[in-house]
Amino acid sequence: MDYTWNWSALWSLSLDGRLTYFETLLLGLAWTLATALSAFVLALLVGSLLGVMRSAPVAWMNRVGACFVELFRNVPLLVQMFLWYFVLPELLPDAAGDWLKQLPDAQFYTAVLCLGCYHGARVAEVVRSGLGSLSRGQGMAGQALGLTLPQTYRYVLLPMAYRIVVPTLTSEFLSTTKNTSVALAIGLVELTASARAMQEGTFQVFEAFAVATVLYLALNLVIVFLMRVLERKAQVPGYVSGHEKGGR
Amino acid sequence: MSMIAIKQVSKSYGDFQVLKNCSTEVAKGEVVVVCGPSGSGKSTLIKTVNGLEPINQGEIVVDGTTVTDKATNLPQLRSRVGMVFQHFELFPHLSIAENLALAQMKVLKRSRAEALAKGAALLARVGLSAHADKFPGQLSGGQQQRVAIARALAMDPVVMLFDEPTSALDPEMVTEVLDVMVELANEGMTMMVVTHEMGFARKVANRVVFMDAGEVVEDADKEAFFAEPRSERARQFLSKILAH
Repeated sequence: MDYTWNWSALWSLSLDGRLTYFETLLLGLAWTLATALSAFVLALLVGSLLGVMRSAPVAWMNRVGACFVELFRNVPLLVQMFLWYFVLPELLPDAAGDWLKQLPDAQFYTAVLCLGCYHGARVAEVVRSGLGSLSRGQGMAGQALGLTLPQTYRYVLLPMAYRIVVPTLTSEFLSTTKNTSVALAIGLVELTASARAMQEGTFQVFEAFAVATVLYLALNLVIVFLMRVLERKAQVPGYVSGHEKGGR
Repeated sequence: MSMIAIKQVSKSYGDFQVLKNCSTEVAKGEVVVVCGPSGSGKSTLIKTVNGLEPINQGEIVVDGTTVTDKATNLPQLRSRVGMVFQHFELFPHLSIAENLALAQMKVLKRSRAEALAKGAALLARVGLSAHADKFPGQLSGGQQQRVAIARALAMDPVVMLFDEPTSALDPEMVTEVLDVMVELANEGMTMMVVTHEMGFARKVANRVVFMDAGEVVEDADKEAFFAEPRSERARQFLSKILAH
């Protein structure tokens, strides 16, 4: 292999003339982190709402939930990214479309929205399976005490469902982080785009992507660690599994 | 005065009819035991009383409120009807004290202090004060079921429904739960109890309702039922479960 390693390229000034390539990569990491966090929070909100809708004993809610989930999880993420960024503003009334296009950091907001909906559809299935793993008697017990259906979800069903699915949500969080790289296609200069910029400016492709790889790995390992802490905190003393007791 | 009136209630799951034209009543202060072979529809019937199971035909009136009326505020009605389930159904993520306080606070709008105090008093009554800070998964089945009874009582119900409260328990824990129920009955609580515990029925029931294949086959005073059931099906059922 004919390749000349040159790690010092990391410290050379990037094409913008202000930051070194290493600083550019760190800035990219910051955007990746911001996008991943915002998108995952949005995915949790969207997913919880849809997961509840898909499990609720209300026919129209089931249908709306199912349509959303199937739409967003069955179209490739890259296509969705393009749809949100290039197609949506054209479909809106002119004023709204122009406002969207001129929004500072439009790529960031678009990426968050797109990833939030895509992963929200997947979180919805996770939440639904968590709710489904609880015995039917749990919902009945809540309602028998006089709690309304929304209160039963809020205080009885969801707290247990979330606890059961923490490990699955961890993987979904990791996927969200990794999928932020797709946003480079709409011009968000996140970590992968920063590595590409360094590759193009210095031709040191190995160094650029070696650093990006290590940064991605480190970021996700931190997430794994934090989610493990959460998992331990969420453990219910004496609780074995949803089917052990009250399950039939 | 009747606390629960079940009038010509029918219910089907698709082609399968679980309840066929069932009627019975529970008067205020009365204890009615519902028994019958499994699959006879008795658990479904008791769940129709507080509207957990919707029905296709008939009418159910609880304490003057028509359960089957679409305009009825079901959560409000249910808050006055205590229910105890076969599998306890305590909320596993909440401590015992919180299990007792939750609905008091969210439904009856009691303050947290008030709800905890009421819960503590009821826990003392079922002999479980020492376990207030434990979680359901840390208690035995019998203890969990006593907590479940206390949780229902915390709402100051006018009537209590029991759906096979001892059938999921190990034999040695049945008595501790039945003792609590006998005490309740002796205090004059109105109770509808689905159970196979004929000893309990003999001791505290006023009436026995015998169901088979979705029908109320027999609805009789306790003495009459145990002395000589009118129907052949009830006779067979009794001879089987009282054989030992």
